[in-house]
Amino acid sequence: MKFGIMVNEGPYQHQASDTAYQFVKAVLAKGHEIYRVFFYHDGVNNGTRLTVPPQDDRNVINRWSELAAKHSIDLVVCVAAAQRRGILDESEAKRHGRDAHNIAAGFRISGLGQLVEAGIQADRLVVFGD
Amino acid sequence: MLHTVNKSPFERNTLKSCLAHAKPGSAVLLMEDGVYAALAGTTTSELVQQAMTRVSIHALGPDLEARGVAKGVIDGVKVIDYAGFVDLVVEHPNTQAWL
Amino acid sequence: MADEGGIIKKFMFINRKAPYGTIYALESLEVVLISAAFDQDVSLAFIDDGVYELIKGQNTKAVEMKNFSSTYRALEGYDIEKLYVARESLEERGLSEDDLVVDVRVVSCAEMADLMAEQDVVLSF
Repeated sequence: MKFGIMVNEGPYQHQASDTAYQFVKAVLAKGHEIYRVFFYHDGVNNGTRLTVPPQDDRNVINRWSELAAKHSIDLVVCVAAAQRRGILDESEAKRHGRDAHNIAAGFRISGLGQLVEAGIQADRLVVFGD
Repeated sequence: MLHTVNKSPFERNTLKSCLAHAKPGSAVLLMEDGVYAALAGTTTSELVQQAMTRVSIHALGPDLEARGVAKGVIDGVKVIDYAGFVDLVVEHPNTQAWL
Repeated sequence: MADEGGIIKKFMFINRKAPYGTIYALESLEVVLISAAFDQDVSLAFIDDGVYELIKGQNTKAVEMKNFSSTYRALEGYDIEKLYVARESLEERGLSEDDLVVDVRVVSCAEMADLMAEQDVVLSF
């Protein structure tokens, strides 16, 4: 089966990103496919490469990046929500005259249509939020 | 339908709203802070016990363990892991998160 | 129009949170508007504090936040007309249909449960 995943909250503040990550790992372990993980609301904050979390705890962003690389998972950060919260890739930063960009490895910024499309194309869509 | 509840019944009304809308034959997964609803001896236990006559109630083991409450689960609540969570999602044609 | 291979699914957007205190009401509406381009079978459910999103007469001047309540009236122009409001949630809050900014269908808990059960995709915010 193909799974679409929606993550509505940022790293550390809520457990949503953690639970989603564990769920995605379990989906893959069972031989299913992740169609897309879509980050919305504060969930876009999972896509910043600037976090420096304490060494003795999990690195939420890195582990998404690593999982994505290992299993070719499409991690999408919603452009509208990202712009509100200051998550930019190089082209967004240039386009809006910002002096830096911060998108993490393995994440791409795209529109809400990607979420709707995931709902249409995946067999199941699971939401993780507050 | 699979319903997920991730907040404590003492913090929010999500469990109550969820159970009011869960049709017979559906499943409810208590996860994250929602696992507190799986515990016996609270003011919510009876609501959950009554619900179990209509729907199946599951609780995410890792979240119970994390919170140190794995031993107090109501009889009949099925404790599952993340693999079991995936199975529930596969088994039910749709999933609704009560946030 | 987005072409998804002719697949039409039933999408339900669940709104259970009040407006302005958090961004969920506003950002969920943004998803609803985008979904219009995909020709899917879209409905919106307003339950618990979500019914407050639809109250008439919202004036956000003093809080200096964007007033997005008129957007609910614009949904009709996007062919999104299935707005279901939980009767119990209205009553708990001393509200009636007359207090709402847009035409809705008020439903019982049981009717709402039936509607939810028949959805393909349920998005919660």
